[in-house]
Amino acid sequence: MNYNVLIGGAAGQGVETLSSVFEKVLQRNGFKVFSIKDYMSRIRGGHNFVQIRFGDQGFFSHVDELDGIIALNKETVDLHIGRLKADGFVICDKQVAHTDGRVVALPLMEVARRIGNVRVSGSVALGAALALLGIHAAEVEAMYSKIFRPDIAKQNAEAVLEGSKLVKPRYSQSLPMDNLLSFQNSPSLPEVGQSILINGNQAIALGALAAGCKFYSAYPMTPSTSIMNYLASKMPDAEIVVEQAEDEIAAINMAIGASYAGVRAMTGTSGGGFSLMVEGLGLAGMLEVPLVIAEVQRPGPVTGFPTRTEQGDLKFLISASQGEFPRMVIAPRNAEDAFYQTVRAFNLADKYQIPVILLSDQFLADSTVTIKPFDFDGIRHERYIANAVEDKPYKRYKITPTGVSPRVIPGKIPGVTVLVDSDEHDEYGHITESAEVRQQMVSKRLKKLEYLKQDLQEPWFFGQDDFDVLILAWGSTWGPLAEAVSMLNNEQRIKYAALAFGDVWPLPTRLLVEKAKKAKRIINVEQNATGQLASLVTQETGIFCNFSVLKYDGRPMSPRYIFEKVREKEKSL
Amino acid sequence: MSNTDYIISETAWCPGCGNFSIIEALKNALEILGKKPHEVLVVGGIGQAAKTPQYINTNGFCGLHGRALPAAVGAKLANMDLTVIVHTGDGDSYGEGGNHFIHNIRRNVDITHFVHDNQIYGLTKGQASPTTGLGHVTEVQVVGNVNPPLNPVLVAIALGAGFVARAFSGEKEHLTSIMVEAIKHKGYSLVDILQPCVSFNKVNTFQWYSKRVYKLDESYDPTNKLKAMEKAMEWGDRIPIGIIYREEKPTYCDKIEFLREGPPLVDRPVDLQKIKGYLNDFI
Repeated sequence: MNYNVLIGGAAGQGVETLSSVFEKVLQRNGFKVFSIKDYMSRIRGGHNFVQIRFGDQGFFSHVDELDGIIALNKETVDLHIGRLKADGFVICDKQVAHTDGRVVALPLMEVARRIGNVRVSGSVALGAALALLGIHAAEVEAMYSKIFRPDIAKQNAEAVLEGSKLVKPRYSQSLPMDNLLSFQNSPSLPEVGQSILINGNQAIALGALAAGCKFYSAYPMTPSTSIMNYLASKMPDAEIVVEQAEDEIAAINMAIGASYAGVRAMTGTSGGGFSLMVEGLGLAGMLEVPLVIAEVQRPGPVTGFPTRTEQGDLKFLISASQGEFPRMVIAPRNAEDAFYQTVRAFNLADKYQIPVILLSDQFLADSTVTIKPFDFDGIRHERYIANAVEDKPYKRYKITPTGVSPRVIPGKIPGVTVLVDSDEHDEYGHITESAEVRQQMVSKRLKKLEYLKQDLQEPWFFGQDDFDVLILAWGSTWGPLAEAVSMLNNEQRIKYAALAFGDVWPLPTRLLVEKAKKAKRIINVEQNATGQLASLVTQETGIFCNFSVLKYDGRPMSPRYIFEKVREKEKSL
Repeated sequence: MSNTDYIISETAWCPGCGNFSIIEALKNALEILGKKPHEVLVVGGIGQAAKTPQYINTNGFCGLHGRALPAAVGAKLANMDLTVIVHTGDGDSYGEGGNHFIHNIRRNVDITHFVHDNQIYGLTKGQASPTTGLGHVTEVQVVGNVNPPLNPVLVAIALGAGFVARAFSGEKEHLTSIMVEAIKHKGYSLVDILQPCVSFNKVNTFQWYSKRVYKLDESYDPTNKLKAMEKAMEWGDRIPIGIIYREEKPTYCDKIEFLREGPPLVDRPVDLQKIKGYLNDFI
């Protein structure tokens, strides 16, 4: 059982507020939720929508077919009614003239006016939709009061109640309400508090706090900004400094300074801002200062599609900055993964004294999902900080078998000073022009990359064990792919399996090589135009992909899109 | 503590460079203040001045060209117990890092900024810097510099800096006393240190500066902002050196309660149970 409802309107009409309340109501009623946001880079006007998929099983992707539409304007009806199922519904104001029999025109504005605030008409529509779906709208006033001042929250809650009175008689028959209601009462459902409703950026932010991050500096850039917003909301309580920098260059250099001085530090941006940070990335590599960077991708180059999604920065990230030095790139696959990978990123950055990049994207950043609460008991803070030194004077860049030198926090050991330099330097951190020292230091730094390979995580494997076709993907594409692989295997024609990479640099190759040997064909599925993972796989292993399924229109892939493209390619053989 | 705690090793500076007396003055200032090497962090960008952390036995951070200020601010916020001092040149601070110069004055974190201002690019061999005078001929400014110079002292006062001074590397004791005051000042403090470049600036030589600079005496009131701006604009036959403007004002950390009170961030444990409680934001 699952349903898919769209809420649409112009920017400024409250689509986001309504969807967040709707999602909370669903969560409270025990549903599993997955929603995507499709919004324009503007403050007013245009067309924004949120698609909310919910039911009794967990989802990590969206579907195109709609069961219902809550339309705050006529444009929403016109744009999306083509995707509405035959037995679906559209809720809109009665002034929206539409001849389609599925349209339920209601006096939304009239009711809102009666309540005394025309801006609550969306909440009237929400109440109608909930009633239609047979979902109990409990605690909505509390939800609204997190967003609005008390009197406005009260008006919105009243609007939901009034809206729910508008439709009951007519629609109790047309949707499987009984089914929903019985589901609601099923004892197997999780209790409130046993699931969390969170998006990818919030998961990264919470992961950073859980990892003990004490300093976050960033310049606002869509779609990364909500990481900073969440962290800032915890600034005094969690005792984390969140500083809005004058530019991304300042942001990364501040974070490096803070990390050098001994706190866990992080910055976040999207591709354009990261382009400005690139010299700073090299600085973290050269100084061997631990650093975590969240790069939340949007379609580039330059301004590109500010509010949309792409996986176009992989090759850029693994090679950004001049020179050769170790770094790690992790692409979280879902919100749960994003949380744990963020904690891991901090631990690995400290262990190897390197920059670690979390490579996310708008799809993951803005998708809200219900998942089980994160396990805090398993969280460890592995700092790898030396409290005493053998060498006097202290050698910040002491040559060791692993390439990792003992790290002292400046000011923490009397008589010991810590010198770091972006120039090539000797073991003490002093500038050098020596050919021999240069070679030693480059090797020392690169040695850490080899050592790091022991901590790599193999990609997730799923599908049929005795597969014919192996599909490769990375990061958030895992969500729609997991469902697409099930759909493909349900056809019982060709057997499919997939590898979804989280660690993308250095690329773990053991499972890849093992599975590739058994594959008759290999297909890469990526949200970009050139198949960047496929070329990285070839570079690292000599394995070639036979086909690519790519998408680069800025809109996330759906399981059906992958399903159809893969089938199409297979048929053409 | 003795003088030898701060050791100057062999440097990459030209004989006669003003940097020698500036680093001597810094060393003396730290001694006067009784700072131990591990309590001090000297941050540089890139350039000849920015090599200062290499030649003094304190904690040292030589970062990127223009980016010394953000790194210094990050370090200070992480550990407020460190005395954080930035040494950069005119190109580093006012050119490449101009944006950070502006915004860190606004931020007013308690750091000290010493700019070795020789009105020329030294390390890249003699191009105009943001403070190079009009008409100054270089290999790049072949018809003479057509861009009027930036007045960093005036800019800093206008932006609301709480401590703005001008000094001259040829007046080492005077410079030392200004450095002491600048380090003691709570908040961002700027000292623009005039300094000859013996290799690449044949206009603003030691003699050129010596003839022009004069010390502000006790009759000068550095707390009057408008008078300070007037004083900052005095640049020609006579150039004032000394504390041009000072004003006590709340620092960045003063305005944030949890930073103002309690130990530095670096010494604070993480309360994981508290963080776990944030899960309630998502139910």
